[in-house]
Amino acid sequence: MTFAFRKLAGMVFTLVIASFVIFAAMYAAPGDPVTFLIGNPENLTPERIASVRAQYHLDEPMLVQYWHWASGVLTGDFGQSFQYHQPVSALLAARVPITLSLVAYAAVVLTVVGIGLGIVAAVRRGKAADTAIVGVTTLAASIPSFVLGIAFVALFAVELRWFPVAGAGSAGLDRVYALTLPALTLAITALAIVSRVTRQSMIEQFSSEHVEAARASGLRERYIVRDHVLRGAWGPIITMVALVIASMIAGTVAVETVFGISGVGSLLVDAINTHDFPVVQAVLLFMVVAYMIVTTIVDLLLPVLDPRIRRRTVSA
Amino acid sequence: MTSVLLPRVRRRRRSGSDVGFWISCGLLALIAVAAAFAPLLAPYEADSVDFGAIWEGPSAQHLLGTDQLGRDLFSRLLIGAGETLVGPVALLALATVLGVAIGVLAAWRGGWIDTVLARVTDVMFAFPGLLFVVLVIAVFGKGPATAIVALALAYAPVIAKYTRSLALSEMTRPYIDAYRVQGLGGMTICLRGVIPNLLPPLVGYLVVLFGEALMSLATLSYLGFGAQPPSSEWGLMVQEGQPGIIQGEFLPTLVPGAAIAIVVIAVNVAGVRVADRLLAKG
Repeated sequence: MTFAFRKLAGMVFTLVIASFVIFAAMYAAPGDPVTFLIGNPENLTPERIASVRAQYHLDEPMLVQYWHWASGVLTGDFGQSFQYHQPVSALLAARVPITLSLVAYAAVVLTVVGIGLGIVAAVRRGKAADTAIVGVTTLAASIPSFVLGIAFVALFAVELRWFPVAGAGSAGLDRVYALTLPALTLAITALAIVSRVTRQSMIEQFSSEHVEAARASGLRERYIVRDHVLRGAWGPIITMVALVIASMIAGTVAVETVFGISGVGSLLVDAINTHDFPVVQAVLLFMVVAYMIVTTIVDLLLPVLDPRIRRRTVSA
Repeated sequence: MTSVLLPRVRRRRRSGSDVGFWISCGLLALIAVAAAFAPLLAPYEADSVDFGAIWEGPSAQHLLGTDQLGRDLFSRLLIGAGETLVGPVALLALATVLGVAIGVLAAWRGGWIDTVLARVTDVMFAFPGLLFVVLVIAVFGKGPATAIVALALAYAPVIAKYTRSLALSEMTRPYIDAYRVQGLGGMTICLRGVIPNLLPPLVGYLVVLFGEALMSLATLSYLGFGAQPPSSEWGLMVQEGQPGIIQGEFLPTLVPGAAIAIVVIAVNVAGVRVADRLLAKG
């Protein structure tokens, strides 16, 4: 219980610092925050200055401004987008589900294929299949996701016409179909790390005494792998899968841009290009929070799943 | 018989596993030379637009074809190699200067410097992937210099943390006390004794980081945050060539993309060996 409490307190503390960095970043910009927020000097009209000052409470001390912004965020008020002239929360609400479905899809592919390949490599350790799996996944990890994504579009969408060139589809099955290439792109570049950890963790188990004992008692190899090796190996595997899935949320920035998907990742790129700072802040905060929630949940769950683990943590 | 055969067998085996290493080294050397002499080797200017030769396939005039503005892809690739490869070197150099200074200071002094380093690293790790870099770019504007400095700031705490752990174990070695007895100051001992001894494992670590740094910088350029037109940095080339895909013009975007992947793969294959040797020395 104290462990859970300390973990949650640590998460809240880091979150406060991270959100303050995101908020206060505009003060690092050269010049007055008002000129920075408005950006284009042609828009520096008295009305515009007054409205931006009001939105960010710029007449008050900085900590008070942060308090206004942070308490607004807690109640779902991210301010007004400068570019779209609508509440940032409305923009997020429209785009978050698309990004989350993409990450969820990629997470399923990553978990099934990554752990699967790791198991095969561990069972066949030292053989051709092992070398091939380690080699191919390492090679895939050396390809930037935007390059892999474009190659996929060229081959599977334009040349073979199996998948749409861009977009996230409408809903239901159509969305799953349209998100296949982006999800594969996100997952493939991260396969290496998951399959490597699975392989390593299992190989350590293979040489442990309880597996020797199981083997000596004449159990069949598949049951040994399932009930003895895998059971003991789960800890590091779950930790790594969670960490990789959490970082995929940031990985959507490049992948959504490649595939023209209107999620939060491409929203961030648009917001920077159009100098829409309220949106930049909101998306960054969303991604940091999502990342921390995933890693903290795993920290809290691991000791429950595997009582031997008390101290291993993944979140900051 | 076996005593004659064994060494030969072993030698051949080892050279077999060396093939990847030497191919990668050769490839990297070739690319480095090509990048250095690009202005002499390139048949065209990187930005010489020719509207009469838009999206041409590979030919004797244009080895890799042309892009949507009729610019020669081979020349653009050659000339862009410099910026693509020097960028990661510059950012790692900057990050190393910052990281080593902070890391050694934290290990040597401990106390509040050490605590601040630990807290800053924690906050940096709360920003997954490139998000911290994106925030810096959102504040200071797009461009190659901002992208390099922002990435250097993101890598500096990582390098500082690694340097700190190396320096802590280095400080337990007897020569430190010997220097102290001779009356040398902390600054002198760090510069003359500690830092030179940390260099081999640090360089090994940097070699491992290089491929990742190159991918990050190219990703930023692809998103439009790094290199700006008319540069022919490879990430930017991929972005500019992408609209051609729908028309079935794959080369302008896939050639620079493949170039990035090939360099990263070669660096990683060659780097693992180099890093192993250097880390073993540390």
